[in-house]
Amino acid sequence: MHDVRSTVPKGEAFEAEAGLPRTHYLNATHGTAAWLLTKDHKRIGLLYLFAISFFFFLGGLFAMFVRLELLTPEGDLLTSEMYNTSFSMHGIIMVFFFLVPSVPAVFGNFFLPIMIGAKDVAFPKINLLSWYIAMIAGFMMLTTLLMGGVDTGWTFYPPYSTTGSSSNVVLAALSIFVMGFSSILTGLNFIVTVHTMRAPGMTWGRLPLFVWAQYATSLIMVLGTPVLAITLGLVFAERVFHFGIFDPKLGGDPILFQHLFWFYSHPAVYIMVLPGMGVISELVAAFSRKQVFGYSFVAASSLAIALVGFLVWGHHLFTSGQSAYAALVFSFLSFIVAIPSAIKVFNWTATLYRGSISLASPMLYALGFIGLFTIGGLTGLFLAALGLDLHMQDTYFVIAHFHYIMVGGTLLAYLGALHYWWPKITGRLYTEAWAKVAAITVFVGFNLTFFPQFIVGYLGMPRRYHTYVPEFQVLNVLSTAGASILAVGFILPACYLVYSLFRGGVASRNPWGAYGLEWETTSPPPTSNFLVTPIVTRPAYAYTHADVVSPYAGSTQGERDTGTEETQRV
Amino acid sequence: MTFPFMPEQGSTMAARVDNLFFFFLAVSAFFAVLIAVLVVVFAVKYRRRDETSVGAPIHGGLALELTWTLIPFAIAMVMFVWGASVYFDLARPPQNAVEIYVTGKRWMWKVQHLTGQKEINALHVPVGQPVKLIIQSEDVIHSFFIPAFRTKMDAVPGRITTLWFEATKPGRYHLFCAEYCGTNHSGMTGYIEAMEPNAFQTWLGGSPEQEGSLADAGEQLFNQLGCVTCHSGDSQARGPDLRGQFGTTVTLADGQQVLFDEEYARESILNPQAKMVEGYLPLMPTFQGLVNEDGLAQLIEYVKSLSQGGETPTPAAAPGGTPKPKTTPGAAER
Repeated sequence: MHDVRSTVPKGEAFEAEAGLPRTHYLNATHGTAAWLLTKDHKRIGLLYLFAISFFFFLGGLFAMFVRLELLTPEGDLLTSEMYNTSFSMHGIIMVFFFLVPSVPAVFGNFFLPIMIGAKDVAFPKINLLSWYIAMIAGFMMLTTLLMGGVDTGWTFYPPYSTTGSSSNVVLAALSIFVMGFSSILTGLNFIVTVHTMRAPGMTWGRLPLFVWAQYATSLIMVLGTPVLAITLGLVFAERVFHFGIFDPKLGGDPILFQHLFWFYSHPAVYIMVLPGMGVISELVAAFSRKQVFGYSFVAASSLAIALVGFLVWGHHLFTSGQSAYAALVFSFLSFIVAIPSAIKVFNWTATLYRGSISLASPMLYALGFIGLFTIGGLTGLFLAALGLDLHMQDTYFVIAHFHYIMVGGTLLAYLGALHYWWPKITGRLYTEAWAKVAAITVFVGFNLTFFPQFIVGYLGMPRRYHTYVPEFQVLNVLSTAGASILAVGFILPACYLVYSLFRGGVASRNPWGAYGLEWETTSPPPTSNFLVTPIVTRPAYAYTHADVVSPYAGSTQGERDTGTEETQRV
Repeated sequence: MTFPFMPEQGSTMAARVDNLFFFFLAVSAFFAVLIAVLVVVFAVKYRRRDETSVGAPIHGGLALELTWTLIPFAIAMVMFVWGASVYFDLARPPQNAVEIYVTGKRWMWKVQHLTGQKEINALHVPVGQPVKLIIQSEDVIHSFFIPAFRTKMDAVPGRITTLWFEATKPGRYHLFCAEYCGTNHSGMTGYIEAMEPNAFQTWLGGSPEQEGSLADAGEQLFNQLGCVTCHSGDSQARGPDLRGQFGTTVTLADGQQVLFDEEYARESILNPQAKMVEGYLPLMPTFQGLVNEDGLAQLIEYVKSLSQGGETPTPAAAPGGTPKPKTTPGAAER
């Protein structure tokens, strides 16, 4: 596909085809130290994968407590304190320890350098440092949890967080403060890597859209995260030293916090979803075997989202008594930021037109993403509309909306990426039938969980309610039932993916017949990613027959059906 | 077990908000179905028939890009303008609204009618008459939410916010606190009782332990706290004469002009040096901590009453035609 000037010796290539390559990044060195002190971006990506998976299931556990409590209108399973702590820990863990790092820290770390033909990120040691910082933050959050957790919600609104709550606000805020540095370092690393480490011929116009999305995300991480750090620092200062910043009793203004917090946290929504959009561009292209329709529009829309996303924070304050004219401006800008997202959805859909579409499991996640993200985005318009937001603000409609973006969007993209790149990461093939079952289970469970919440939200059920009025019960029962299905959908991949490590067929270089530098190298790749530096001569996704009928393509099926573990395992 | 799909319509604005909602729903349904149908049709029609086939070499098209940029933009602008127009009507209370003071406190809603009637976690209002709530918080942020009226407003400590509605039919509607405020947040609920005007008037007059109107209570507090020593109304007094001032524009020491409204009154009590009236020395101490939100409501109402004639014998002090005529049916009736 790509022009590899100095060709790989034939013998070695064939050997790679027959089974796992003899040495690759996973078996190049052994021992705990070799992993914990690694500077290999791929191993760091895996370290993140373990940590993030742990936090995902931990956050999911709290979601389960919340959903079980809401089965009945009365508060009969948990006390109010426990319930409030549960939804707070669910939000904090999922946002700061899963969604924000998810796609960038795992797949960005692993694939961004490979996709631009680099040997590693620009600053490998800083990359490892960012993982350690994330782990320190993680341990601080686990300590918070063991001390009884925090009950402020993930938004930490003062004066409740600074003078009202008696929970462990300080440690939780510090933990997120520390986590922010990990984000900033990852973002910095990606920006420099994309600027300086591209392989010969990998022009900006040839960058895979995943790389564009990571680049736009990194800009937000570097520019936005410091504001969160400052904001939480101020909460700390008010809570511990009683500086009057947010509490009016001390001379502060609680609305100031909301401006500062959402100045980061709204762009943070795009930190969470843009990398997922990048994944979807890759998946749609790979499983349609076609260039993404309107490449430059999709790439530019990522940057547009990153920039305009910084100007819409005030739409979280429509009911806070802010000036009606400020509300008008923020509402207008919120409608504007919807346009680049719409452009992406239309372009992905148009990419399917006259494609060669395979409904393999990663593509099921991608198509699920398109549908759910569309609903998530459209319901965002409801909330951007001033006249509707006064009714809907702080109701379950908001909960449903952002779960359609965060779970229907980001999480589906994450799972899509995990399935798409699993053979490359591990060199193993998982059972496709199970993967399809899981994808459909997630899709069905997700919709059953969150669609009723749109209705119960418009009916007026406020968020963060431990008890509620009886007429909301039917919809809440549906939602809890959906959540159980969703849980099954998440446990399934954990099972068959782990199983594949031991019993899965051996993956070829390019099991999907996809186009991209990551499919040029062995599965798993060598520590240096490529044995020779690739030279790029064609744009991204330039599918031709020659690529697909290359000796490596199409071997997927054969291997999956006939491959015997004994001969292929190394 | 009831299983409603839409909340009850209990106010004049409810139907307008619902119409806006249905418009958004229609647009959303159209685009969601369009995308879903295209995805499914393409996925079936262009399914991979041969392992080695690739998609058609289509790279994009400017006309299509412009189409799906400009059409959504135009629709978004219609949504924005419609949404904003409903908002301005939701946000701006009519001039003749009945005023009621509401204070949020963990975990209850305290209500003070101008007549002096007090309620907790309940609010009685007349139907067919606009009601303006003047909302404060004693501790953390709360939010006064009435789903049947399709509106809410945060109770923010340190400032006054307002919310208005006009109930259209008698009945009892949910009142929720919509901003998370700690342990018993979901217990900070109550009801709105919309009543026929006659029944409402009877209810207002029917409380035996009533001590007097809100303004009367304010006057007592005004004397108790010693406000009256400086704001005596004499020309030699150390503080400005408050008669006839509410609703007018006040010139400050730095030449700025501010509207003497509830927020200004509140700020001047708690942080007197922030906006000093021209010609007076910064002598006034803060009353932060000495007077709570209920007391503030009473003081503000007393100051307002000084500008409404009838209450105090100073009709001359009121500048001709106050810009915000206040109707206080409760007070008038008494």
